[in-house]
Amino acid sequence: MALLQISEPGLSPDPHQRRLAVGIDLGTTNSLVATVRNGVAETLPDEAGLHLLPSVVHYGAEARVLVGHEARRLAALDPLNTLSSVKRLMGRGVGDLKTLAGHVPYDFAPGEGGVPRIRTQAGEVTPVEVSAEILTALRRRAEATLDGDLDGAVITVPAYFDDAQRQATKDAARLAGLNVYRLLNEPTAAAIAYGLDQGHQGLIAVFDLGGGTFDISILRLHKGIFEVLATGGDSALGGDDFDRAIAAWMMQEAGIEGDAGHRRMRQLILDACAVKEALTDRDEAQLRVARSDSEYWTGCMTCHQMNCLIDPLISKALSACRRALRDAGVSRDEITDVVMVGGSTRVPRVRERVGEFFGREPRVDIDPDKVVAVGAALQADILAGNKPGDEMLLLDVIPLSLGIETMGGLVEHLVPRNTTIPVARAQEFTTFKDGQTAMVLHVVQGERDLVDHNRSLARFTLSGIPPMVAGAARVRVTYQVDADGLLNVTAREMVSGVQAGIEVKPSYGLTDGEIESMLTDSRSHAAEDMQARRLREQQVEADRVLEALESALAADGHLLNQGELEGIREAGRRLLEARQGGDHEAIRRAIAEMERAGEAFVARRMNESVRKAMSGHRVEEFE
Amino acid sequence: MSEQEAPIGPALDFGRDYFALLGQPREFRIDLEALSRAYRALQADLHPDRFAQASEQQRRLAVQGSSHVNEAYATLRDDTRRARYLLSLRGVEVDDDRATASDTAFLMDQMELRETLEAVPEAADPFAALDRVTADIEARHHALIEAFEAAWAAGDLAQAREQVLKLRFFNRLRDELERIRERLEDDLP
Repeated sequence: MALLQISEPGLSPDPHQRRLAVGIDLGTTNSLVATVRNGVAETLPDEAGLHLLPSVVHYGAEARVLVGHEARRLAALDPLNTLSSVKRLMGRGVGDLKTLAGHVPYDFAPGEGGVPRIRTQAGEVTPVEVSAEILTALRRRAEATLDGDLDGAVITVPAYFDDAQRQATKDAARLAGLNVYRLLNEPTAAAIAYGLDQGHQGLIAVFDLGGGTFDISILRLHKGIFEVLATGGDSALGGDDFDRAIAAWMMQEAGIEGDAGHRRMRQLILDACAVKEALTDRDEAQLRVARSDSEYWTGCMTCHQMNCLIDPLISKALSACRRALRDAGVSRDEITDVVMVGGSTRVPRVRERVGEFFGREPRVDIDPDKVVAVGAALQADILAGNKPGDEMLLLDVIPLSLGIETMGGLVEHLVPRNTTIPVARAQEFTTFKDGQTAMVLHVVQGERDLVDHNRSLARFTLSGIPPMVAGAARVRVTYQVDADGLLNVTAREMVSGVQAGIEVKPSYGLTDGEIESMLTDSRSHAAEDMQARRLREQQVEADRVLEALESALAADGHLLNQGELEGIREAGRRLLEARQGGDHEAIRRAIAEMERAGEAFVARRMNESVRKAMSGHRVEEFE
Repeated sequence: MSEQEAPIGPALDFGRDYFALLGQPREFRIDLEALSRAYRALQADLHPDRFAQASEQQRRLAVQGSSHVNEAYATLRDDTRRARYLLSLRGVEVDDDRATASDTAFLMDQMELRETLEAVPEAADPFAALDRVTADIEARHHALIEAFEAAWAAGDLAQAREQVLKLRFFNRLRDELERIRERLEDDLP
């Protein structure tokens, strides 16, 4: 009987039956999936033992989709079909692309308004679909590891994500076949990971600098209850910006002018990232930058030089910290713990300046790459009902004020930033003209006074208001924000009872119909057979060969003359073409050809190494 | 079937006033520590996360209940909002659009404060200037709160309402202070 199955909140119907639940950190650069097993939250590795899944998707011919490391290897060779950092585009409209230009070097399909569509050889894709591919890869990894279907997932988002960005993330999860228990703010997830482990009390500042976003949250932890007091940040500031600043410096030093082209830009950014990483434990890094296919510039960069380049970016982050402290009504010296999250907090200069700012050593005991996923997994475990009686509770806030457009393009804020969610707020408005029968409601998010300076979330119309004199109608607009930070708006004319409401689906969001049809499409691609497995094996082999080729050319390309280089590159291009096709036999042939074309090059590299070794250098230095 | 489900906590009586909801005496001066303890205890029962595996209807109720408690807490935690709320419980409303303070001397003071505030960024040491204005505004704000308390205790609702109207001006000044501080700090290295 159905009634008997209704259980008390927080208790699962059968104590022995655990629900499979995961936490997913969908990052700009890397993504992770974690779960609680035997009471311990841990991230899950792939078959190769790697935990981080690069948030990179490659679209090949015949709709072949690669996600993660395999896709990233193709980034420099096939930039336009290899999509990374799409998190920066989530919930963004075509109009936002101008401000993001240069950050995302993709080929956008032209269009007015709506969702930006990126052109790939597999057709046009939206950022939501690209993110769904990443989430699908993580779902499969979890289901294979845990040997069962997932009941649900907690997906983390930057605390500073607005409604459109949150909605887009939830859409992507739905598209990936995940039941979303909750969207969880990344800094809050990190605080859970630290707080639950140590069971302490106090005021925690979480400094989360990822690849593309920066978040700061101030939380009070009290007997298992995490109360977010304030959050702030910059949804377009991250380690990628460090890379770009370094790359711009390298271009200047190397005398590379203006637009270096998609492929070379990608390579420069990769080089810059490598320099940044090298400088985490060294004072100086050697640089070798390709000015053209055959000409190189060599130089070096010191820690001090890099710090000068990134200092203004760190200052931007610290400004957001000041604002968050002020919003929380807390002074710096009251903070008991500073927690570092995100790969970019590995940069020593970031740690140094954050430490100075808060006057205490920041905590880095949990791997900053994994801490968010671990916290999300702990929360997922509780929401799945696997930990009955657990005291843990999160009280989060809305990061940006929600408002409505009023006369003269001004914004009236209904829900100010840092209001604890869920929250419902209502306000009454009236008609402006005699006999006015409809009212357009424009929902915006942001802190500015003018509508145009805020993010437009939705417009909808309340019609059927009975004609009255101006000012007689009373339209009550209610904003309801749920625990995920997602907004629902309803409007009701109080005299007549006419009502209109919408779930705020941003103008550049996806309609339910679009999501349904995408779901159907993805199911029809799901079947994988023997043929596909062989194909995968050859593809992996092809990737390995291509990667080896790229690094050999980067290191020793100067050993070849223009003709030889062209010949090898041509073989590489043919292999890549075959690689993206669906014929495993063709790939095998192309690999053999590639190896033939490279024979002389391999021999020459060998000789060169020997020569260098003989002249007193160790071989390793040149590899 | 839905009416057979467990009701959402004992506290979900939307008819009760915020003081009763959070177990506080209906007075201006309340124990903020006790208030936040009561708040956390209520959320521990009502928050939607406690109903992640419950029916759609229960989850919706949880969102409503939790929102209501958040609103109650936000109202009682803040001096000015608490003062206004107390007045509204006695049938005295403060209409933001129409009502204004009638005290001319007070309005003159306001204009002067505003001018001082606007001059802050141009001061030789803007942070010191800002701190001075902040201290001044906070002291006056505090005096208004005390005046409200006295009027409320004496049962003089008209006087109490006048103080709330004046507090509104100070809240705007405080917002302006924050904005100026924000802008100054954003320019720091």
